Amino acid sequence: MAERSFKKEVEQLRIGAGETFRGEGILAITKALLENGVGYVGGYQGAPISHLMDVLADAEELMGELGIRFEANASEAAAAAMLAASVHYPIRGAVTFKSTVGTNVASDALANLASGGVTGGALIIVGEDYGEGSSIMQERSHAFAMKSQIWLLDPRPNLPSITDAVKHGFDLSEASNTPVMLQVRIRCCHVHGAFEAQDNVSPSLTVKDALSNPRRETDRIVLPPASFKHEHEKIEKRWPAALDYIRENKLNERFGPEKEKVGIVLQGGMYNGVIRALQRLGLADVHGDTDIPLYVLNVVYPLVEDEFIDFCADKDAVLIVEEGQPDYIEQTLRSILHKHGDPVKVSGKDVLPMAGEYTGQVMLEGIESFLVKHGGDLLPDRGRAPNRPPEVPDLSEVVPGRPPGFCTGCPERPIFAAMKMVEEEMGPHQITADIGCHLFSIMPPFEIGGTTMGYGLGPASNAAFDGGGERRPISIMGDGGFWHNGLSTSVGNAVFNKSDGVIMVVDNYYSAATGGQDILSSRAKNDTKATNNPISKALKGVGVGWVRQIDRTYDVGKMRDTLREALTTDHEGPKVIVASSECMLNRQRREKPLMAKAIKEGRRVERPKFGVDEEVCTGDHACMRLSGCPSLTLKMPDDPLRDDPIAHIDQTCVGCGNCGEVADTAVLCPSFYQADLVHNPGKTEQRMARWQKGIITWLQERRAGKRLAREAVR
Amino acid sequence: MNDLALTPKAPDVRLGDIIKLAVLAVGGQGGGVLSNWIVDLAERNGYAVQATSVAGVAQRTGATIYYMEMMPETGRTPVFALAPAEGDVDILIAAEMMEAGRAMMRGFVTPDRTTLIASSHRALATSEKIHPGSGIADSAAVRRAAAESARNFICFDMEAVAREAGSVISSSLFGALAGSGMLPFEPESYRETIRASGRGVDASIAAFDEARVAAEEHRAPKAREVDDAPEPGGVLPPAATPVEEHIEPEPMAGPEKMLGEWRDLSARADALPEPVLPFARAGLKKVVDYQDLAYGTEYLDRLDELLQKDRAAGGEEHEFDFTANAAKYLANAMSYDDIPRVADLKTRKGRDARISEEMRASDGTLIQVTEYFHPRAEEMVSLLPAGLGGWIESRPKVFAGIDKLVNKGRRLRTDRLPAFLMLYTVAGFRRIRRRSLRHKREMAHVDEWLGAATSRLTGDYAHATETLKVRRLIKGYSDTHARGVAKFDRVMSGAALVEGRDDAAAWTARLLTAALKDPKGEALDGALQTVRSMTTAGQA
Repeated sequence: MAERSFKKEVEQLRIGAGETFRGEGILAITKALLENGVGYVGGYQGAPISHLMDVLADAEELMGELGIRFEANASEAAAAAMLAASVHYPIRGAVTFKSTVGTNVASDALANLASGGVTGGALIIVGEDYGEGSSIMQERSHAFAMKSQIWLLDPRPNLPSITDAVKHGFDLSEASNTPVMLQVRIRCCHVHGAFEAQDNVSPSLTVKDALSNPRRETDRIVLPPASFKHEHEKIEKRWPAALDYIRENKLNERFGPEKEKVGIVLQGGMYNGVIRALQRLGLADVHGDTDIPLYVLNVVYPLVEDEFIDFCADKDAVLIVEEGQPDYIEQTLRSILHKHGDPVKVSGKDVLPMAGEYTGQVMLEGIESFLVKHGGDLLPDRGRAPNRPPEVPDLSEVVPGRPPGFCTGCPERPIFAAMKMVEEEMGPHQITADIGCHLFSIMPPFEIGGTTMGYGLGPASNAAFDGGGERRPISIMGDGGFWHNGLSTSVGNAVFNKSDGVIMVVDNYYSAATGGQDILSSRAKNDTKATNNPISKALKGVGVGWVRQIDRTYDVGKMRDTLREALTTDHEGPKVIVASSECMLNRQRREKPLMAKAIKEGRRVERPKFGVDEEVCTGDHACMRLSGCPSLTLKMPDDPLRDDPIAHIDQTCVGCGNCGEVADTAVLCPSFYQADLVHNPGKTEQRMARWQKGIITWLQERRAGKRLAREAVR
Repeated sequence: MNDLALTPKAPDVRLGDIIKLAVLAVGGQGGGVLSNWIVDLAERNGYAVQATSVAGVAQRTGATIYYMEMMPETGRTPVFALAPAEGDVDILIAAEMMEAGRAMMRGFVTPDRTTLIASSHRALATSEKIHPGSGIADSAAVRRAAAESARNFICFDMEAVAREAGSVISSSLFGALAGSGMLPFEPESYRETIRASGRGVDASIAAFDEARVAAEEHRAPKAREVDDAPEPGGVLPPAATPVEEHIEPEPMAGPEKMLGEWRDLSARADALPEPVLPFARAGLKKVVDYQDLAYGTEYLDRLDELLQKDRAAGGEEHEFDFTANAAKYLANAMSYDDIPRVADLKTRKGRDARISEEMRASDGTLIQVTEYFHPRAEEMVSLLPAGLGGWIESRPKVFAGIDKLVNKGRRLRTDRLPAFLMLYTVAGFRRIRRRSLRHKREMAHVDEWLGAATSRLTGDYAHATETLKVRRLIKGYSDTHARGVAKFDRVMSGAALVEGRDDAAAWTARLLTAALKDPKGEALDGALQTVRSMTTAGQA
């Protein structure tokens, strides 16, 4: 974990009863795990739950004291499989990952886990990456809960509620022998709030102890005839048990007046949005005391029929607030009412959109039009301050899009610059991309890569083209994807099928896009994990015959030539290039303090930075089209005779070298110069410099004395 | 939206106590630091506060948003929203000018309530940078919109404020927030927050106070920031980049004798008509700096000649637009980029001083300068005297031989003698430049171009002027240069096609714009197609 240290957060995990926890939602969940006697924790990083993994990774000591095992799993499938420990043993386990992508990967293990059922509480914390800021396809985790009969919690998005959900999640799981999924949305994970802490509790049975007296029950294993028995169990035993627990512990909440002609049924996660809308309509106060009855589903699966029927009693209409599609909850509730012949009118996806995030405006308009239909008189009198936002100025022609992209000095930039040069020479290729920072290649200026089928699936998604043709198919995959899934699913597949394709493995030493976590091939020394396992070794191990390891991606010329060779060699089978350089974001975080220290201590330090000779640059921006670096930008030259802005490198430049390398390799222009600032230079070095400077200055003066030139040098 | 639009009863009065604050930033700008500060500040002052963000990979240099709500502690936890809603934001902090625009587009800035605090600097989006011409967005349009959409609009270059204080923009944004007076907290508690956060405190506080005062004075954006603001696709507003502007005409330096001649020469330039002056003065300086006084005389001779023709064509009433443009583009054409030019600029007196300033080199540090060169036979041979150069070019084997010799990337350490001497010598070729093959070619090209333009003067003044402007297309080195010349030729051919039509000028201008749209010239191909079909249809 080079990107950040979480020691401060870890201290928060140590606080006990009587103290108040202040911090992020996902961190609060982490604390709650420790308070509820969890025996083992695992998962796979990814927004919005990376923080949970990062913090626990830094909390080894605390975990040791409590006797908890923490595993940074190789993938979500590995994480879900780990919950097998709770099948036969009364040990509480929790795993976490990004959803729905992580849940997709985990679903094999989850289905098997749910079939046999659990003895110890099994909690799956899914970070629902939906709506603004999401980096994945827009789907719902809800379907996974339904298909496998896993209970799904969707608590109100505040720290007390989500930490409470952790406690009840474990109890519910044990009460119904069923794994429980706890769903938290992006903003809830990152919400800053507070809750009253409890003391941390050691697991009643640790995984270590469990090893001393192993257990097994054949009827918990998913194999006929047991598997058939499991399905009946789910419906006849576990389901009713779950309903009882939910009822008795009032997991679902009711707010507002008992008797009212209309009411709102909502997912817990929607609570703050609904209250804000009611506040703006004048139907709720700052503390959320509402004039409209609310039935808050902190458990969205299974639904408690009688609770819902009771809520609907003597109401004319209820609104169902359910974000995303399909509208599973609305369908179920409608069918419940239908079975009971209940006359209450139901609104939902008719006043609210079927697809997309329920933003403030959407919620306001939806709830308002529901009330207009069914509870007009409840709505406050007309003629007060309008809530409709005025016309927004149309700047769509002006404001440029700003999608995420490669960071300043990113080592992946030169890889794609080289690819673009090769495409200039040899024409366009069939290219598949993968998951990770490198996927930014699909955006300008590179516009490389046509599909992204999943983590570690880049090369696999080119399989149809493995047979080869006039031009070889190229696929891209990151080191994260390589270890997550790619080694077997993509590379193994390519080797076995004698793929003619070229595979570019982008190795930046970390799982960078998820926050810079260490992985098998990370070069950092990690006390608790085995790092420094080269990707190239693994490749040879699975039988790749043509492997090229490049240890400085900034060598654009070498990158280009190697790629060209891969595309032209007559070698049979996949050609794999491993392009390795450290993620610049992490490298800077690691090196900056060290450098500052070295400079203070008077040690010799070279700091590179790039610059542009203004008058040499002609403003054709060819370099930009091979870079897109945030620090390589434009400025207007001090010259009334020029129409177009010229290249300019700002103070954020980290001197990665891409500008110069590209200008050289693509034969662009000599405008760039590299200036290495030498701190604390040696004596001889200084003398040499002074001496040469002397002669150089003399020559310059000499020429300046014989010609006419502008005073300012640009 | 339902047409039975209803409007609410007066909501809970305490709702007014909730302050809703959104920060729109570019990933990596430190929006996280700022929102942490604001949370700490609110809690210090006995406020209940909630902050959310959308983190993750979405933050890698992309547009990001942080949202905070706060109100005085009541002993009972309020229910806050997790995301900003259209028309429901009190304070919008935009850490970059276009992000302010984005905020308005999303409806987060409304006249009834929103105070918009925006830094006027620009962090250019990739789409703005890769344009072969100028694709830079129009900050002035955003300003105008902001002036209308916001209740209060506080806007100045907060990036510069931070930079000058040796801090980062989060500090100056925090200062502007304090200065806006929209939060009921004392400046000192802001400072305490910064101190509590630890690192770089002094610089941060300096930037904070500088920005706070600026915001208090509600400093209106400097007039010229608006005036100089670009036409769409025009030029950068000064606010956008850390360039020190030379308002004074920069002086020339050299031996006294030459300076004397220079004064005469510039006096001659000053005699030109008013509209031509700014370009002629700059142009003269450029060509003399590029070559020598004689070259400057040549430049003015050509200008006088063009001015005569301009006058004859009734240029008076066009304010000598033709000669003005000629003065501009001829100077660029005459100072074409060749190796001696580059070598000269890289070995000049004063360059090292400029670099060490740009690098902010502190005393006791050394600077090692590496140049990235990649010469090819084309450039080398074109330096030779016209005869010899032509002889070699007509012999592919010899040419290839030379290319084999020179065509490779060269990293030259110009802070060291060997590389410096090499470049210094090459720069010396300046004296024999006018005998070189390249010069012969460039001048031939200039004559052809000016010929085409002047030939149109009497018939169609505007078209003649547009023809001059086509020169803008020629820039860059090696392949980029070749591509530019190719575009130039194609636009000129198009200009010839439309000659004689009353909308000829408009068409040539259109072709030029198209040529600047993309590097390959696809847009230009399309435009040329239209022109061809149009002109041939005319004959049918």
